[in-house]
Amino acid sequence: MATKVLDITKEHCPMTFVKTKIELSKLQEGDILEVLLAEGEPLDNVPRNAREQGYNVLSVEHVEGTTHKVTIQK
Amino acid sequence: MSNQKKLSIIAFSGDFDKLTAVFTLATGAAAVGYEVNIFFTFWGLDAIKRKQGRSFIGSNWLTKTFGFMMGGLKVAPNSRFNFWGIGPKIFRKLMKKNNVATLEELVDAAKALDVNFYACEMAMHVLGLTKDDFIPEVKDVLGVASFLNLSEGGQTLFI
Repeated sequence: MATKVLDITKEHCPMTFVKTKIELSKLQEGDILEVLLAEGEPLDNVPRNAREQGYNVLSVEHVEGTTHKVTIQK
Repeated sequence: MSNQKKLSIIAFSGDFDKLTAVFTLATGAAAVGYEVNIFFTFWGLDAIKRKQGRSFIGSNWLTKTFGFMMGGLKVAPNSRFNFWGIGPKIFRKLMKKNNVATLEELVDAAKALDVNFYACEMAMHVLGLTKDDFIPEVKDVLGVASFLNLSEGGQTLFI
C-alpha cells in the first residue's frame, strides 16, 4: 500500500479535480492519496467528487493558513 | 454504465479561447465521472490536427491553402483581441502566470481522462482532410446520425 502526495494549492478549476482524478486513476486499490489544497472551490469539491466516484475520503484536516489536506483511499 | 452522466460537445470553433472553453468543460466533466464526447467539426478540426503549426495539408491546391491558413492548435487565433496572432500568446502567458491550465495542458488532461474525440466526416471531406491528418486519440470519423446516437440521454453543447 503506497501513499502519494499531490499539491494542488496553486491550481485553479478545472485542474484541481482534474489532477486529483488523474493521480487517483494511477493508484492501485488500497493506495492513499494525500491532496494539499486551498479553501473554497477545491476544498468543497475535491472530497465530494472523490466520494461520489466511490473513493474513500479518510480525513480532511487543516494544515496551515488556507491550506488543507484531504486523504483519499482508492 | 447506463446511468453514467454524459456530456457531448460539438467543437465548431477553431478559436483559441473557445477551444479553451471546450477543453475546460470536457476535462472538468470527465474528472467528476462524466462520459465525455467531443465532436470536432469545421474550424474545430484544427484542434486535433497532428501538425499543430501551419502546414499545407489537404487534397488539392485550394484545400491545401485553407489548411495552411487555418493551421493547428499552436496557431489558433483568439475570437477577440487576436492582434494578428499576438493575442493568444499574451493569454498563454497570463494563464501560466496565474497558474491556470493552458490549452495544451487541458488537451493532455483530456487525453489522460479518456475523453472521446470524434471528427466530422462531412467537414473533413470539404477540407480535404483524412483521419491520418489527426492525432491518434481521434477515435472515429462520424456523421450527424452517429453523433446523435452517442449524445442521446446526456447534455449537449455547441461551442
